[in-house]
Amino acid sequence: MAEKPRKENDISRRDMLKTASAAGAAALIPGPLDASTTAGAVEASVELVAAVPVGPLMNLTARETEILSAMVDRLIPSDELGPGALDAGALRYIDRALSEAESDTAEAYRNGLTALDRYSEYSRGKPFTELGDKEQDSVLIDLQTGGATGAGVGFVGSSGAFFNMVKSHTWQGVFGDPQYGGNVNFAGWDLINYPGVRMRVSREEQRRLENDQLEPVRQSAYAFAQFQATEED
Amino acid sequence: MPTQLKATDVVIVGMGAAGGVAALPLAEAGLEVVGLEAGTWLDRRDFAPDEIRNNYRDWPMLVDKCEDERPTSRATSAQTANRVGSHPMMNAVGGTSIHYWAQSWRLNPWDFKVVSETTRRYGRGRVPAGSTVEDWPFGYDELEPYYDLVERAVGVSGQAGNIHGQLDPRGNKFEGPRDREFPMPPLRWTAFNERMAEAARSLGWHPFPGPAAVNSENYDGRRGCVYHGFCNKGGCPVDAKNATHLTTIPKALDTGNLKVVTRAHVTKIEVDGAGRATGVNYVVGNNEYFQPARVVLIGCYTYENVRLLLLSKSRVYPDGFSNNHGQVGRHYLSHHQGAGVSALFPYDLDAWYGLPAQGVSVDDWADDNFDHSDLDFIGGGNLWAMSDRRPISAAGMSTYGRGRNWGSGWKRFIAENADRSHGFYIQKSTLPYEDNYLDLDPTETDRLGMPVIRITGQFKENELRIAKFIQDRAEEWYLEAGAIEVSRGGLGNAMGASTHAYGGTRMGENPETNVVDSWGFSHEAPNLGVLGASVMGTSGARNPTLTSQALSWRTAQHLVDAWRDIAE
Repeated sequence: MAEKPRKENDISRRDMLKTASAAGAAALIPGPLDASTTAGAVEASVELVAAVPVGPLMNLTARETEILSAMVDRLIPSDELGPGALDAGALRYIDRALSEAESDTAEAYRNGLTALDRYSEYSRGKPFTELGDKEQDSVLIDLQTGGATGAGVGFVGSSGAFFNMVKSHTWQGVFGDPQYGGNVNFAGWDLINYPGVRMRVSREEQRRLENDQLEPVRQSAYAFAQFQATEED
Repeated sequence: MPTQLKATDVVIVGMGAAGGVAALPLAEAGLEVVGLEAGTWLDRRDFAPDEIRNNYRDWPMLVDKCEDERPTSRATSAQTANRVGSHPMMNAVGGTSIHYWAQSWRLNPWDFKVVSETTRRYGRGRVPAGSTVEDWPFGYDELEPYYDLVERAVGVSGQAGNIHGQLDPRGNKFEGPRDREFPMPPLRWTAFNERMAEAARSLGWHPFPGPAAVNSENYDGRRGCVYHGFCNKGGCPVDAKNATHLTTIPKALDTGNLKVVTRAHVTKIEVDGAGRATGVNYVVGNNEYFQPARVVLIGCYTYENVRLLLLSKSRVYPDGFSNNHGQVGRHYLSHHQGAGVSALFPYDLDAWYGLPAQGVSVDDWADDNFDHSDLDFIGGGNLWAMSDRRPISAAGMSTYGRGRNWGSGWKRFIAENADRSHGFYIQKSTLPYEDNYLDLDPTETDRLGMPVIRITGQFKENELRIAKFIQDRAEEWYLEAGAIEVSRGGLGNAMGASTHAYGGTRMGENPETNVVDSWGFSHEAPNLGVLGASVMGTSGARNPTLTSQALSWRTAQHLVDAWRDIAE
């Protein structure tokens, strides 16, 4: 993956990790990371994070991260229709999820990614990351259909269960609220023409939607003041 | 030893949809009421429009108690039951009325008289073999005034179809007669809702706006619906969904006679030598309490009502409280939650800003609203065309056989079709059977070491035939509205854990086959009342909450009226 130039007001990876670990320590109920977050700030931070290269994740080794990156990149590739899962921050979403709500799946990730690589070596003679796009796709089809078996491959459960878990989390990262670290620049919502989170949709706005005249709103649910933490909390 | 608390007139276990309603007539009558709730107070700031939190991380259900008590499930008693993945209910003041879909139905008159009406119309032998179904101990007319009270107390939007026998074609012509209109007009429809209604009419059916416990306009000091699109498993950020923590519970608190105790996990109903309930034990954190009460009302979800009774063993009730006739856990049934039908349309449905309760409903194929003479089943299903879509689930839609559900080809598919699919769930009459029941699991426990509920439930021939018949009607409707693909789910086998779970403490005159009498009080322990759908012996083809609330109000009102007989 090509590194993108950093913007002037970029945050460092260390800051990102600090943020992620703060989120990990927080309760199950996600709140805004910063009480002063406003709609503008949310968009700005989303822009910033897009520029952060994919570095080591908190919950996966470098090699596991490479394999996961390659897999996620094939699930939703970047193409003429827009950014793919990597540019939309799916890895960051998954890494944060593994620190908090989905922490009980970390072991399944580690096992599944290693098994994916072993299956790739076993069936295609190369590590997954060294295969071309078409070969990677055919390996993933084997995974999805539960057919990725073989001596020493070692998916716990089935390869299909692992595939579905990664797919499900990738979709959450790409199409969920940007508060969780994914859907960078609202790439997921743009792809499916979701017109955005609104706190009220009048009859007139519904009519505009039906006439393809409703402008999309681009903000996280947590940009609404009602859902921001206050001093009393 | 638990801390002994000051005695109260009535203790209600569970401040949810049912208990939260019963508290109001009791408190208004001057009875001192303690409401014990396993969850806590939530407010509109807790209800961000966030699909990850509501629909993928099950945030509303993450209070320890219900998660810790997830039932086990199996189809038949020959199998070993496995723990279900998540509990369908939530713990909070207001309970599941906070995040439910809020369809707020009255049962149709037939649902109260399945046995006698089926026999009258089709002769003997049409009630399926093995079913333990009975007529309810009263008919629709008895419950009508309580439906009316609850519709006003919580606030329900809708269009009447029958007021004192006068039919209104805008509403449901099959409903039982109402005393008056709904307190609010129906929720608005989208263009797709209108299109589905038109398609139904062209099939000769009778579509109408379904009833919803969601404000369609400002009501009782709360706002009307904002149509933000996250009502599905989400609480309402503007208090337009009429959960009991916003409606009956605050009113009961205003009387000064209700005290709500939160984070209270009730472990046992205590009993005296004569078999009367003396109060309940509960724990808050590491502290144990005994709340003495003249009358105990249990208003938990079906699984927990049954579980609490079965766990409350004593010398008088060796097999569980009020279970000396072996009826606790029997006559269990739940709605079909598989067997759905979905469709792909060649046009956008513009469904992003809707809610499950914003539905076009068709009742022509429900209950006994059509002639079953030449059919091999009784009962039927209600159809509900709602407007409900969120981004992650939209992006996860079926590709209807048009390629893989990932990759570049899929991106082209989803860019065009994310707003073009629609799904029907199949909601139909379910009957109780001899071998569908709830009991305590022999091995699985909660963290206090107490067994969880085991569901043994299988859909039988009658239910599977209804499901197939309703799937056919759903497909007809979709095709009439222009669908280009229709896909059906399997008919199902094991019932599993359901958000529409009934029975287990069935209501009826006969103590040999029912746990509670026609007022909702135990045949064995006269000062124990049961609130919730666990008293219902039939499901109808529609959502249970309003009926469970109307029954709760009626039980509470009876307690007020017969206080001396019941409490002393």
